[in-house]
Amino acid sequence: MNSFLEVRNLNLSLKAGMPILRSVSLNVAAGQVHGLVGESGAGKSMIGKAVLGTLPRALQVTSGEIWLDGVNLNSLPTAERRKTIGAKAALIPQDPLTALNPSKRIGPQITRRLVDILGWQKSDAEARAVELLHEVHIPDPARVMKSYPHELSGGMRQRILIASAFAAEPKLIIADEPTTALDVTVQKQILRLIAEMQQRHDTALLFVTHDLGVVSKTCDTLSVLYAGKVIEEARMRRFFTRPIHPYSAALLKATPTYTNPRGSLTPVPQSVIDATEREVREHDMRASR
Amino acid sequence: MMYEIRDLKLSFPDISRKPLLGPVPRIEVLKGLSFDVPKGVVLGIVGGSGSGKSTLGRAMLRLLEPTGGTIRFDGQDITHTPEEHLRAVRQRFQMIFQDPMSSLNPRRRVGAIISGPLRLHGMTDLRSRVNEALDMVGLPRNFATRYPHELSGGQRQRVGIARAIALRPEFILADEIVSGLDVSSQAQVLNLLEELVRDLGLTLAFVSHDLSVIRRLCDRTLVLHHGMIVEEGATAALFDAPQTAYTQELLAAIPLPDPDQPWR
Ligand SMILES: Nc1ncnc2c1ncn2[C@@H]1O[C@H](COP(=O)(O)OP(=O)(O)O)[C@@H](O)[C@H]1O
Ligand SMILES: Nc1ncnc2c1ncn2[C@@H]1O[C@H](COP(=O)(O)OP(=O)(O)O)[C@@H](O)[C@H]1O
Ligand SMILES: [Mg+2]
Ligand SMILES: [Mg+2]
Repeated sequence: MNSFLEVRNLNLSLKAGMPILRSVSLNVAAGQVHGLVGESGAGKSMIGKAVLGTLPRALQVTSGEIWLDGVNLNSLPTAERRKTIGAKAALIPQDPLTALNPSKRIGPQITRRLVDILGWQKSDAEARAVELLHEVHIPDPARVMKSYPHELSGGMRQRILIASAFAAEPKLIIADEPTTALDVTVQKQILRLIAEMQQRHDTALLFVTHDLGVVSKTCDTLSVLYAGKVIEEARMRRFFTRPIHPYSAALLKATPTYTNPRGSLTPVPQSVIDATEREVREHDMRASR
Repeated sequence: MMYEIRDLKLSFPDISRKPLLGPVPRIEVLKGLSFDVPKGVVLGIVGGSGSGKSTLGRAMLRLLEPTGGTIRFDGQDITHTPEEHLRAVRQRFQMIFQDPMSSLNPRRRVGAIISGPLRLHGMTDLRSRVNEALDMVGLPRNFATRYPHELSGGQRQRVGIARAIALRPEFILADEIVSGLDVSSQAQVLNLLEELVRDLGLTLAFVSHDLSVIRRLCDRTLVLHHGMIVEEGATAALFDAPQTAYTQELLAAIPLPDPDQPWR
């Protein structure tokens, strides 16, 4: 299968030298959904940011390559790299409220990328925005285009960000904890919507989440991260039925499930944490040789 | 009974709709709730955001004054008791807050944070009480000299628990205390809470939007929706046979870590 996104041996560290990502490799094929899971601070968001070229200043790529649609992004000059990423990839962020500018109407916030980055005519961009709002099942798009973010519910705002992400027909979407701020019933609608859009537009989707329940409903394949290292890569069903890494198995046991209250919520055993930490240190020793 | 609550109502003035003349309209947040909390029970309070969970908790601890109905705490009507007369009961109930970072004063050390309520209630022997509280939540005693930003999320939540139990209250209200935690520290904090309830004979109200956590921890569960109780009962029965469409919908929406769950 051809990968639309390929991350090869990516190493990322703080400028002071502390490793943040440790030889991360992953592939996402066109039309496929790949999950990135792990506890907070594991480096999930930084992988997405590295791909989108939006890493914080304090971090730098020390080695590795990111290939998007057969192009090595590192080989492109900065301006062209930005343009390529802007045309081929887009983000659905975690918190719809902070991602939207509170003092601007919704319409211009959707059309801005099309006009500024892709050079569309304003009228074309507006027509496209209305069409997209229809597509994400927003009842009265013309009215919503004129609304301010605070006038809309959290679920509506997330629909708008989904519409916005798909606006320029990217072939890769990175969704970073897109439903973490929402109620479960709204979460379900939004996850369905993301799946529907992903399938209709045949995009590759990199789905970042700490919620193993969400992964089991959304992903074809996944990578489990611990301290910036991929400790397990799996097809979704295999991961839930036969996790290989002891830390993966422990994470599954720690996840609460109302159908199995006694068998869930077991803290990750210290022995498992110690063994996984040892693997991380061994990686660092090999890398420094 | 630890609590007997009858027809509890609470409304806030709606400043956004303040007319030029006349009274400010009010938003009714709790719309007549009636339920009991027997002593020694862990009660789960669940519902979507904005359903009134935190408001209910704050009313039970009389951080808010109800606009209608009655709240009895251990037989005593505290619905409208003025603050100066609440002091004695305040020692008997405590709250653990949602966001450990914003509820812990960042400029105070852990020791001072835990001893704050003790001091307020004129307790002596602060150092040994702080040590005892740290022991009970499984934190090393030398954590007393640390600042909140030097702790992990799970450790901060333990400090919140230590502060609440240091006064040896009879009742604790925990408001979304594991929502921001990773599953591994969530499991540790919940196990700790379960142990403390057992060892100290506490009555606990546990507010959460997460039904899976409620199922694991709580003896009884109360489902709140738009400021009304839609369902209340023994947890196992409520989960096995939810009686209302709303509870059924909530349960069906939870994505379980199981690829075979019928969900779509
Ligand atoms: N702006 C930044 N400066 C320094 N370190 C950062 C910055 N942003 C993130 N980090 C560090 O990078 C690591 C990975 O973070 P992140 O990818 O956000 O984790 P996750 O998304 O898995 O919760 C963490 O240890 C975090 O502290
Ligand atoms: N001090 C207040 N003034 C006005 N409205 C409030 C106040 N506190 C809460 N509310 C409103 O009451 C409703 C319930 O809030 P809350 O009890 O915090 O819900 P939950 O904890 O279930 O998310 C919300 O609509 C909220 O906006
Ligand atoms: Mg993140
Ligand atoms: Mg609340």
